[in-house]
Amino acid sequence: MAHADTHAAHDHDHDHKPSGIGRWLFATNHKDIGTLYLLFALLMFFIGGAMALAIRAELYKPGLQFFDPGFYNSLLTSHALVMIFGAVMPAFVGLANWMIPLQIGAPDMALPRMNNYSFWILPFAFTLLLSSFFTAGGGPAGGWTLYPPLSLQAGDSFPLTIFAIHMMGASSIMGAINVIVTIMNMRAPGMTLLKLPLFCWTWLITAYLLIAVMPVLAGAVTMLLTDHYFGTSFFNPAGGGDPVMFQHIFWFFGHPEVYILILPAFGIVSEIIPTFARKPLFGYDAMVYATASIAFLSFIVWAHHMFTVGMPLAGEMFFMLSTMLIAIPTGVKVFNWTATMWKGSMTFEPPMLFALAFLFLFTIGGFSGLMLAIAPADFQYQDTYFVVAHFHYVLVPGAVFAIMAAVYYWLPKWTGHMYNMRLANWHFWVSTVSVNVLFFPQHFLGLAGMPRRIPDYSTQFTDWNMVSSVGGFVFGFSQILFVILIWQCVRGGAKATDKVWDGLSHGLEWTVPSPAPYHSFDTPPEVH
Amino acid sequence: MLNRKVLSALGVLLGAAPAVAYDSSYNMPVGVTQIAREVHSLHMIVFWICVAIAVAVFGAMIYSIIAFRKSKGAVADTTMLHSTIVEVIWTTIPVLILVGMAVPAAKTLVRMDDTRNAELSIKITGYQWKWQYEYLGKGISFYSTLGAESNYARQLHSGIDPNTVKDYLLEVDHEVVVPVDTKVRLLLTANDVIHSWWVPDFAVKKDAIPGFINEAWFKSEKIGHYTGQCTELCGRDHGFMPIVVNVVSKEDFARWVADQQAAAKAAAEGAAPTATTATTIAPAASAAAAR
Ligand SMILES: [Cu+2]
Repeated sequence: MAHADTHAAHDHDHDHKPSGIGRWLFATNHKDIGTLYLLFALLMFFIGGAMALAIRAELYKPGLQFFDPGFYNSLLTSHALVMIFGAVMPAFVGLANWMIPLQIGAPDMALPRMNNYSFWILPFAFTLLLSSFFTAGGGPAGGWTLYPPLSLQAGDSFPLTIFAIHMMGASSIMGAINVIVTIMNMRAPGMTLLKLPLFCWTWLITAYLLIAVMPVLAGAVTMLLTDHYFGTSFFNPAGGGDPVMFQHIFWFFGHPEVYILILPAFGIVSEIIPTFARKPLFGYDAMVYATASIAFLSFIVWAHHMFTVGMPLAGEMFFMLSTMLIAIPTGVKVFNWTATMWKGSMTFEPPMLFALAFLFLFTIGGFSGLMLAIAPADFQYQDTYFVVAHFHYVLVPGAVFAIMAAVYYWLPKWTGHMYNMRLANWHFWVSTVSVNVLFFPQHFLGLAGMPRRIPDYSTQFTDWNMVSSVGGFVFGFSQILFVILIWQCVRGGAKATDKVWDGLSHGLEWTVPSPAPYHSFDTPPEVH
Repeated sequence: MLNRKVLSALGVLLGAAPAVAYDSSYNMPVGVTQIAREVHSLHMIVFWICVAIAVAVFGAMIYSIIAFRKSKGAVADTTMLHSTIVEVIWTTIPVLILVGMAVPAAKTLVRMDDTRNAELSIKITGYQWKWQYEYLGKGISFYSTLGAESNYARQLHSGIDPNTVKDYLLEVDHEVVVPVDTKVRLLLTANDVIHSWWVPDFAVKKDAIPGFINEAWFKSEKIGHYTGQCTELCGRDHGFMPIVVNVVSKEDFARWVADQQAAAKAAAEGAAPTATTATTIAPAASAAAAR
């Protein structure tokens, strides 16, 4: 510790690390901003999680226990918005901030001030969103998909929600620009694009997706706003508008958004598995091309979210087939990860455990996704708990587990301390068991006929809802272990080495001291 | 009860008990129409293909985890890091499997889309939060809302145990009555926000959208009561606008139609002014709602 400090001070005596609150308010350092993003995401994970537990408490048994159905709708709407835009996306941006300069051998992100703005917009956006709960008519209750005409019936929460979404979108676009500019211009000499670590690759592609689709969302919600307040009729059939057009525009954003939430997770898993299998990633080039194909396909599959709106047969056929195609590059990824483990020499430290859980459980979400692609069967699955189970499998043991794997992988590099492995193992096992108890029964509920977004249900759905709620509470409370572990690790612990892990050390981040120096690389490293 | 279901579900997961796979508490119902059966078998085919792939892929992962661990002295073999042949193989095989799935799916999709030659047409309009059914050319029209008993029980702090209500949340005041073995065409629209009309046993789910008329059809092969729910979030009481379809014999249906028409006629003669006001009020009210 002391050694690292003197080392850092010696190498970086021109560093004027600001102190006090100013260090965070006016932060331009990629590590400080990364930390802000990650802490913000953690806070939102708990706020969104509290909403989820309120939902699971209401659904524990039939009959309305706690909430008015209108408030229940606000809970499920805000849960989704908070988790997607407040927890998962900022967590990935935080990881990008911390790791991209370290992985490409750059001193910082390319646009540090914009980096500051893009973070500091978020607390305001979410204050706006959450304050809508206290307006006349309560919080937004039309679902995070904001389908008109229903979303237009909202009270005073409506403009707050729309502006919050605008701000989140602006923040995401700025973050994405920063990632692209950094990766394109600040790579160490010798680091060609096809030597880029996969986390950077997946983030680069994600950033392009963000820039392509966030303006589409902004446009869609702006049209909602003018429909509500300025007498336009984009989506109002009484004025000649078309409510289905909103769904097309929304999902043109929404489907790439799904990959925005998972591609960085692919990158993280592609970093971790080789380390602990002690074998370089199998089929690196194929992994890059598969990621790019998934990104391309994400633009031509959007209407599979709306098979029941009554599209022409040709449309349904096209979107069914294009959606099925996604299984191919996704399969390639899963096969390559498996091939990386094959004939490796594996150990099972916490990051690897989370990456393996990702591998199994994300794949289950992939299977249900393939089932959902089959349009005739989708008519039975659409808007039931089967869909809820599907997207929670890809988002919770998928995206969220990958974020946790990343934290467990890089936390020693960030703090300079090893963390409590025993506690991490407990966190892993309790989370992994309970997340399945939580979400697996929801497949059964959906197939048996339980629609999603209902506060009460017919009595034949009781058993599985009880199981799911129990799993939900165990999963929710087990996340406190994660917070305790991070807190302890920041405060102290065994000194982490530069290399941190006894595994295959790949990537420039393992060549700098732990904790990583304030300005990652003052002189660019040479990559061969 | 719970234990039995958990155990049999585990049985299904392990592929050991296909016989119980039809218990509707954890799988899609087989249904009572030709289309529903096709959809169910598509669902099961794709499910079993997924299970087969899962056995292969998870098998390889689990084998790696067991066999190639450092604690057992495994040494990483870093000689093969990419293989074009392998990549081509594991791209081609999924393509073939997908084509195998797409062909029957496309065939079913085409059949579902064919609403021609219907013998009975019913226009369904979604409202917040009820359904209206109009039998085209028969002069029958009525609203269908959540049954009174369920409605009492579902209120916050009602003090009524839902388990004591028969068909809790799946009972209505006026059921849709249709004849068996008859192709029934549905014309769906909505008056306020988007709703979605779903009866799992018919494999029919179609959105009811204001300003649009969507089509769907079913031909039930079995007499009985079939229930469903609104499946598009439509506001506060989205969870409380169920659907009950009563499939009866053709004779019973003819009798029901005659009864309804007689009742409508009597009502029209007995209370003509009220009936007119009701029809003129409806569009005005909906215009007010749209504002
Ligand atoms: Cu509805």
